[in-house]
Amino acid sequence: MSTALFGEPIARREDPRLITGQGRYLDDLGGGALEAAFVRSPHAHARITDIDVGGALEIEGLVAIYTWEDLPGRVGEPLPLLIPHPALTHGRTAYPLARDVVRHVGEPVVMVVARDRYLAEDAAERIRVTYEPLPPVVGIEDAARAERLVHDDVPGNAGAHLVQEVGDAPGAIASAPHVLEFRLDIERSASMPLEGRGVYARWDADDESLRVYSSTQTSTSVRMAIAAKLGLPPVKVEVIAPDVGGGFGVKIVHPWPEEVLVPWAARLLDREIKWTEDRREHFVSAAHERAQVHFVRVGFDDEGRLLGLDVRIQHDHGAYTPYGIIVPIITSTQLLGPYKPGAYRVEFTSLYTNTVIVTPYRGAGRPQGVFCMERTMDRIADELGIDRTAVRAANFVQPGEFPYDQGLVFQDGRPLIYDSGDYPEMLRRTKELIGWDEFGDRRAEAERQGRRIGIGLACYVEGTGVGPYEGGHVEIDSGGRVHVSTGLTSQGQGHQTVFAQITASELGVPIEDVTVTTGDTRRFAYAVGTFASRAAVMSGNAIALACRKVREKALRIAGEALEADPRDLEIVDGVVRVKGDAGSSIPLRTVAVLSNPLRYAFDEETRRATQFAVGGSADTPPLTGEPGLEGEDYYSPVRSTFACGMHAAIVETDPDTAEVCILRYTVLHDCGRLINPRIVEGQIHGGVAQGVGGALYERMVYDEAGQLLNASFMDFLMPYATEVPAIETGHMETPSPLNPLGIKGAGEAGVIPVSAVIAAAIEDAEGIRVSRMPISPSELFHLRLEAESGAAELTNRARSHPAPLRRAAGEAGVRE
Amino acid sequence: MHEITMTVNGVPRTASAEARRLLSDFLRHDLGLTGTHVGCEHGVCGCCTVLLDGEPVRSCLMFAVTAAGHELTTVEGLGDAGGMSPVQRAFQECHGLQCGFCTPGFLCTVTAFLRENPRPGDDEVIEAVSGNLCRCTGYQNILKAVHRAAVLIAEEDAQ
Repeated sequence: MSTALFGEPIARREDPRLITGQGRYLDDLGGGALEAAFVRSPHAHARITDIDVGGALEIEGLVAIYTWEDLPGRVGEPLPLLIPHPALTHGRTAYPLARDVVRHVGEPVVMVVARDRYLAEDAAERIRVTYEPLPPVVGIEDAARAERLVHDDVPGNAGAHLVQEVGDAPGAIASAPHVLEFRLDIERSASMPLEGRGVYARWDADDESLRVYSSTQTSTSVRMAIAAKLGLPPVKVEVIAPDVGGGFGVKIVHPWPEEVLVPWAARLLDREIKWTEDRREHFVSAAHERAQVHFVRVGFDDEGRLLGLDVRIQHDHGAYTPYGIIVPIITSTQLLGPYKPGAYRVEFTSLYTNTVIVTPYRGAGRPQGVFCMERTMDRIADELGIDRTAVRAANFVQPGEFPYDQGLVFQDGRPLIYDSGDYPEMLRRTKELIGWDEFGDRRAEAERQGRRIGIGLACYVEGTGVGPYEGGHVEIDSGGRVHVSTGLTSQGQGHQTVFAQITASELGVPIEDVTVTTGDTRRFAYAVGTFASRAAVMSGNAIALACRKVREKALRIAGEALEADPRDLEIVDGVVRVKGDAGSSIPLRTVAVLSNPLRYAFDEETRRATQFAVGGSADTPPLTGEPGLEGEDYYSPVRSTFACGMHAAIVETDPDTAEVCILRYTVLHDCGRLINPRIVEGQIHGGVAQGVGGALYERMVYDEAGQLLNASFMDFLMPYATEVPAIETGHMETPSPLNPLGIKGAGEAGVIPVSAVIAAAIEDAEGIRVSRMPISPSELFHLRLEAESGAAELTNRARSHPAPLRRAAGEAGVRE
Repeated sequence: MHEITMTVNGVPRTASAEARRLLSDFLRHDLGLTGTHVGCEHGVCGCCTVLLDGEPVRSCLMFAVTAAGHELTTVEGLGDAGGMSPVQRAFQECHGLQCGFCTPGFLCTVTAFLRENPRPGDDEVIEAVSGNLCRCTGYQNILKAVHRAAVLIAEEDAQ
């Protein structure tokens, strides 16, 4: 039994439940509840001319059918635009059920409620919706051409346009000794948690209150949204995130149409109703991310130092903008990574398309930004014929330069100021870990064997722990049990473990006595949510601050009981004792009893706190402050804290099949002080796996009609164990000066630089420029053919060392 | 409606369900064994894997009526009187899960695999779990957990 647990790689406390089938995910709840199903648009863009529900009415077990016309007042209004921004001049959100026009395949049109899901789907199948198809807008280029519009009242399909500038980038580039200009593309992918979305609502007619369970990343905000939509006082709405089977960003969006409609119908019908998203629904009606085109102009000197960087971004945000323009804002700002860009200008246009909405997916715009910057670094190195790590080193923010102000506005509306880091040391260790300097020998050896290998590296800086705040509540009960709650939610990050570690360390109690509750508005009503690698930083610090309040209170009350100065007391294993005098002590459970002066006793323990049992002065009130050995506090950072990392990989490309095999993958990572290294490592592993998916396998394939052609796990290729390489990790710990625990976020880190790393390694192996990700074997094969015909560009290194790199490309061409 | 009886985790269970009722839904909603999860309903993700007469099957690709009369083991039945099974313990020890949604499928798959192949090599372990998707862990610790489980089982057998 230990209490000094901060920093220890202890096993997770949530696991025994989850491993034995005792988890409670959304669809595990509400046995016997009515179930909902939705009729969704089969068209990317169409006008609804008629809805005929007649055929569905004879389904036995049918309870209700709703279309937009049935939705009263605010329930029928467009969903909220969650994050307004002055640059989002043409923000548009969907109606919970389509009104007149549908704008992507999968948009909900009719809601059916029936005795169970099978029957609800039977009824949904019999509902005839007549559509008048409209021409769809699919893909960034189509959107930018604006020959057709997604929304009639949004000219140019442009929802937002934003420019940020530091210095005169065009001028600096014009006068730079070297200038490069190129385009970089990233395609659509998605969070794709294994549990989809889901909502389960119970109306209590006697109490006129609503309880909603949602598989969400923000139960507190879902609560406020439902209260607003249904016209209920927030105190009459409880929202609970039960066990959530992964989120990765998609579940931060809220309220989803279903999160409004299911509670509304539950209240209207006075029946419990549940909706559990199926996989196809998740593909076509949740959210995607990543699709962006980047036009880069860069000016640099002979050492590869950036003099000016000008990036124009076209962002595809899908049919609606409920989450605002957070993703391209993050790309614009986090693109800079650990570097000083000289003058910087970034401009993005956020475009409507007739496809599923785009909202943050783990990394949230950073993978694209890092892809931009790191491909730029590699291009500069190739242009100058110098080592790729030397170019990076020439541009790093130096350890003595923190806090370093990049002069931009970050996603939290605060200045982009890096708090701490040591990038040169991280690069040194990264090179050592992957064997950068020895790679030439390894490559030569491989070439002798007729094998083609390449090495790549990418750096990133990640703003984590964005505000505005989180809170924590800590209560020690008269049994000595410690109850911790925080409002943000958990989707597998191990919060029940790490927050208990913080609590045990701060209070000096055995971790076995600590239980942690997250995402339950009954326990903690104020919170923002779990996103942006913020939970450990925000709630971790808030809980630590709350623990310190409770500790202070415990020492004061114990001091009175022990007739000792609180400053002479310590808490060891749940017992307050006088330092150096083990005989003079009082357990925290007794302190908890004493903290609540009583008139009535209900057991032996509480007798000690009743009015004739306690001593003390007759001239002071029995209660000082508030009753109960509990405390609450909030952590609100002045701005984000910036974690960083560097990944490197060695890949082998098959000369015949163009298959890419990752031979080694290394991660060096700095997220400040580690609360639980095992959990951080797990987060990195998972992130890298998603990054590998994004680099080599995953893409949303829309056809010209706006149909998502691969909306199943059979066709959307997520990595299995066979696709993920062994991941070698190393940690650095540069504490953040911004928060009491010195921590930075870690949740998204693993995914951020992977596409950049893999692209660099493939380019190095092949000698052909890689400018689009993901890259499949087929695409690499065609890139080789294009390189042969001169349509794809070779690297300078390949032009100057033609033999081994290009021979096989020629052979491939012959075979074709 | 059909009266469907099967032995689940050693206990005979009966419930009535339509012929079209998936085994996964029958286990979860008719028998209340919600430990078996449904991730795709088309047999790709492996979350719904259970053991049918000891062999791993996708319970989302099977009708409950076709499982009538068979022996099923779900995640709820993997443990023994002493608590968690070696495979379950290994997953906790090695941090082989995060959100836990895919975990029951992995546990069933791995339990059957190690029965067949108690001392697997690295490639065999990767192959064994390559029909199960996990979106959280990147599989690194799942592979470790399988090896660890093999050791724990061997230790138990030696006792």
